[in-house]
Amino acid sequence: MALDFDLTEEQQMLRKMVRNFAEKEIAPVAQELDEKEEFSYGLTKRMGDLGLFGPFVPEEYGGSNVGYISYIIAVEEIARIDGSQAATLAAGNSLGISPIYYYGNEEQKKKWLPDLCAGIALSSFGLTEPNAGSDAGASRTNAVLDGDHWVINGSKIFITNSTTDISRVCVVQAVTGKREDGRNELSCILVPNGTPGFTTKTMHGKMVWRASNTGELYFQDCRVPKENLLGRRGDGFHQMLATLDGGRLSIAAMGLGGAQGAFELALKYSNEREQFGRPIGSFQVNAFKLADMATEIELARLLLYKACWLCENNRPFSKESAMAKMFCSEMYHRVANQAVQLHGGYGLMKEYAVERHYRNQKLLDIGEGTSEVQRIVIARHIGVPGRAL
Amino acid sequence: MKIAVCIKQVPDTTDVKIDPKTNTLIREGVTSICNPFDEYAIEEALLLREKHGGEVHVITMGPPQAIEVLKNALAVGADRVYLVSDKAFAGSDTLATAYALSKTIQKIGEVDLVICGKQAIDGDTAQVGPGVATRLGIPQLTYVSKIREINLEKKKIIVERLLEHGREVVESSLPALLTVVKDINEPRLPSLLGIKKAAKAQIPTLTAKDIGADENRIGLKGSPTWVVKVFSPEARGGSGEMLKGELTEIVPLLVNKLMDTKFIK
Repeated sequence: MALDFDLTEEQQMLRKMVRNFAEKEIAPVAQELDEKEEFSYGLTKRMGDLGLFGPFVPEEYGGSNVGYISYIIAVEEIARIDGSQAATLAAGNSLGISPIYYYGNEEQKKKWLPDLCAGIALSSFGLTEPNAGSDAGASRTNAVLDGDHWVINGSKIFITNSTTDISRVCVVQAVTGKREDGRNELSCILVPNGTPGFTTKTMHGKMVWRASNTGELYFQDCRVPKENLLGRRGDGFHQMLATLDGGRLSIAAMGLGGAQGAFELALKYSNEREQFGRPIGSFQVNAFKLADMATEIELARLLLYKACWLCENNRPFSKESAMAKMFCSEMYHRVANQAVQLHGGYGLMKEYAVERHYRNQKLLDIGEGTSEVQRIVIARHIGVPGRAL
Repeated sequence: MKIAVCIKQVPDTTDVKIDPKTNTLIREGVTSICNPFDEYAIEEALLLREKHGGEVHVITMGPPQAIEVLKNALAVGADRVYLVSDKAFAGSDTLATAYALSKTIQKIGEVDLVICGKQAIDGDTAQVGPGVATRLGIPQLTYVSKIREINLEKKKIIVERLLEHGREVVESSLPALLTVVKDINEPRLPSLLGIKKAAKAQIPTLTAKDIGADENRIGLKGSPTWVVKVFSPEARGGSGEMLKGELTEIVPLLVNKLMDTKFIK
């Protein structure tokens, strides 16, 4: 009796609530926000009101502490309707709140978490640099201790939630010295938005997640108190890897939820659209497409929920989270592609939500570790010789 | 103030299918929800509590699985919930149901206000709310779209009723029973913390004996109404017509057609 696929009553109620929220409050505005590249403060606050920020954070810091499976269900349900809002939520939690909660000291947690969990402030994770993408260890942004302050110089790019009016702090990964083995010593430092020497620029013209916020960050002799160090000096690389393990689950959830949404749209359209005098879904060629989509979604859900279960039960889950991230993203790619195909010409039009799925899907193959990087992670876990690079 | 809210679990469908042999609802494959109008009743009670303080008690009568709608009520913030459930209630019509609910409210005791949805989307009778008021001997204010004023000291309430040809402003003494329409508010969603609390909660079940119900007034014995047959009427004949063109042209055309067919005068 160990294998149990039932969600708890709490998780079922949560799914219903988030689905309601997404359908009633996000769906009516998603297309317009996407078109205008507009970040929604209202929806972000609503997600905070409903308790969706801080699902793994204890109540004393303003979180809801409902666990990883619940968190992933929430992201899944929002991504079913809109990738941009799911991105705000997933990045806000996995990249924003998570490092502060897991590595921050008591003072840092008390200072930042309550407003972050309320959805009235956002924090971001400054990792990627113009010349350090998949090779995240090659960061050039550096921080030098000068008396009681860190002096930071460098830049970051593609940082989600970093330049909104409520973006309050960025966890910046910086080189803080050289290790004994000659490699860079990396540390994470909390840099509040608005600190002199820290400037930001919102990135426009995205193909995907157009209503989510993405920024470029510049640090020029930016000074912050040395207490702003997150965790221990030199732990930055490890903190980054662990943060990304969790982040991958939420990206996978976006793939799963997005695919579910695209599939439902395709199924509905296939039942309604008639050609040659019958619904197009009744043609075997289309019915088989839909059958394949449903099967792939089911597979993805099983894999992702298992990875979440491992995470929630404090078991190693790096391999499974990489597998889930890669599979859910690539599966969303296939499902969105066929969903547009079933819509024919209409699927190319912005007034059909499936068009947004087709674009948004592509981010997931790239963000938080490309599909190729996930394969490196998986290959190393299954015991291939060498480092699979 | 102490408010009781009566809610009902209904099938989540507007396309109710009836088993032709048993004349009962086919529940297979149909999920259950809280009657939508009752969600407005709960919301109004929560809004009143926020304004005047007090407690919100939510009651449902139904089979054990009806507990689900009570959990939702807890999740959005109800203080106490009660499942009124007993085999003895089986077959209760609106009269017997109104009696059982009124006995439950009496057991809760000293309520200032009872709120119900205007009707349930399955039976659509709109009888249970007024029936409860009658059995409690309190005024009934149906189809309420707005509460204008509540004065707890003077035990007075002023509401707007949504009628077919306008709104009626009515003043009544308290305690009273309201049935509410969808215009009255926008029901909230539960928060994750609310859900967490509700999922863990143990929900008390009240039996016929617990509420002191007279066995001759509940279940089939207490129900003068017998359902002989339930069926979906045949669809009306005729075919649709698509009007094409500019709005300024097709609107008058549509109005004329509706007048020709005597749908409007």
